[in-house]
Amino acid sequence: MYKQKIYPKWFLIMPLVLYVMFFLTPGLLGVGYSLTDWNSRSLEINFVGFDNYIEIFTSNKDYSAGIVNTLKFTVISNIIKITTAFFLAVMLQKEIKGRNFYRSVLYIPAVLPFLIIGIIFKSILNFNNGLLNTALEALQLGFLKQQWLSDLNVVWKSIYMVDAWRGIGYVMTIFLAGLSSIPDSYYEAADIDGASFFQKLIHITLPMLTGAITINLIFGITYGLKVFDIIYVLTNGGPGHATEVITTYSYTLYANGKYGMATALNTILFVLTTIIGILVVKYMSRLEVQQ
Amino acid sequence: MKKRANYILKQIVCIILSVIVITPLYMVFINSFKTKNEAARMNLSLPREWLFSNYIVVIEEGNLIQGFLNSFLYSFLSASVAVITCAMAAFVIKREKTKFNRMIYYFILCGFFFPVNFVTLMKIFNTIGIANTRYGLIIAFTSSMVPFCIFTISNFISSVPVEIDEAAVIDGAGALLLFFRIVLPLLKPVLITTFLLQFMGVWSDFMTPLYLSSSSKMWPMNLAVYNFFGKMSSNWQYVFADIILTCLPVALIYFFGQKYIISGLSSGAVKK
Repeated sequence: MYKQKIYPKWFLIMPLVLYVMFFLTPGLLGVGYSLTDWNSRSLEINFVGFDNYIEIFTSNKDYSAGIVNTLKFTVISNIIKITTAFFLAVMLQKEIKGRNFYRSVLYIPAVLPFLIIGIIFKSILNFNNGLLNTALEALQLGFLKQQWLSDLNVVWKSIYMVDAWRGIGYVMTIFLAGLSSIPDSYYEAADIDGASFFQKLIHITLPMLTGAITINLIFGITYGLKVFDIIYVLTNGGPGHATEVITTYSYTLYANGKYGMATALNTILFVLTTIIGILVVKYMSRLEVQQ
Repeated sequence: MKKRANYILKQIVCIILSVIVITPLYMVFINSFKTKNEAARMNLSLPREWLFSNYIVVIEEGNLIQGFLNSFLYSFLSASVAVITCAMAAFVIKREKTKFNRMIYYFILCGFFFPVNFVTLMKIFNTIGIANTRYGLIIAFTSSMVPFCIFTISNFISSVPVEIDEAAVIDGAGALLLFFRIVLPLLKPVLITTFLLQFMGVWSDFMTPLYLSSSSKMWPMNLAVYNFFGKMSSNWQYVFADIILTCLPVALIYFFGQKYIISGLSSGAVKK
């Protein structure tokens, strides 16, 4: 009875209205507009069926390669960050001198704007004067010098490198929090039974880290699918269209006034993320029920 | 013996990684004081002469004061509104566990995954007459924070005992009084964490203002820097000075609020 008085429904209104009107509705409207020829040149908007999607998957502009790149980036960048960060966290978990200092330092890149990191690395990866090539030469490793951002075979590796530079500290921090919640007694018991390092890793650490792994996967996957800043600044989709992703293509189309096409690409992203999102949320609500 | 070697190896790995993180930042810092020709070499040596004047040039040419004020306005307002209103909603959702509230909770959580469709958002803004205004940007930022805020704050609310609510009711407190006078102060840690994370999030956001602000008067620092970088790409000393100034506010927040920021990230990971 008293619940209605102290937990009023109107407390929900503000976030719900904002979320529905300015977050969800644009996404759903996008589905509708993706079936039109909406553009900046004419005021009329005509229904064109699936033409935009047909163009995306069949035109010679390689939009579909952008979709594949998005998925590729999501998988590879997360594998790199999550595995590296996991082993770093395991390493920093135990008492080691300067641990807090290392943790703070490794987290710094995560608070800097991506745009800024992009600009910094544009300088570092510069072929002639960039810090990386200069350092390689100084170390007598000149043969490793690369056109980091314009060589087709290297450019993705450069992007993964910059992305890892920014992301590893963040992922590691979440793992460390998970690790700190595992009672020492588990490891002590395992030690008494003579378990090896890897046995402890597989039978204690990993199962106890389910929460941290889930969080890292959720953030990592959504970040990967929506990646924009870093690619826009580092390569702007180039060389050619080699590093375009869904969001960069969509922005170019928007800037050129092809709103219908831009929306169609966004809708593909919307559908991709929704499918993954619903799966994950379902999984989480099941976990909650089990608790 | 083996333990000792292991320990030294760990220290070496940590030191190497720290150097990898710090070197680029040091490079930016040191080069921001150099002359044009020196900075173009982008190396790690100290400047022959410390040119603090680079910063003055940047502030004047780069439209930085305007940018700073814009960034501050966007970050502060949208993070405050989102945190307070989401705390109210999260409180009700977590306290009254009806089917409806659970549904709303998961419905909002789905927003973690969606990308914002800026093209159609612009259309909506046009319809209600706030396209290309600061209001539009602030609304866009606030809305996109809702899922994260609801998620983080409701995780924390479970740890605030329900007995407090009951006591307040017996004392005759209404919903607003109960929430703002009694519950909100107890939520302080999570509110600060969420606020700081969202503040930094808006400060770093590039895509939203790129789509939604057509006039340079509305640009946050981020966009001002990007534009400046386009114009000044041969004057690295200015670009670097610009970068330092843009990062300074978030760096300060990180420095002083580290405890809150790290604990906020951790809460989700520890819970399960």
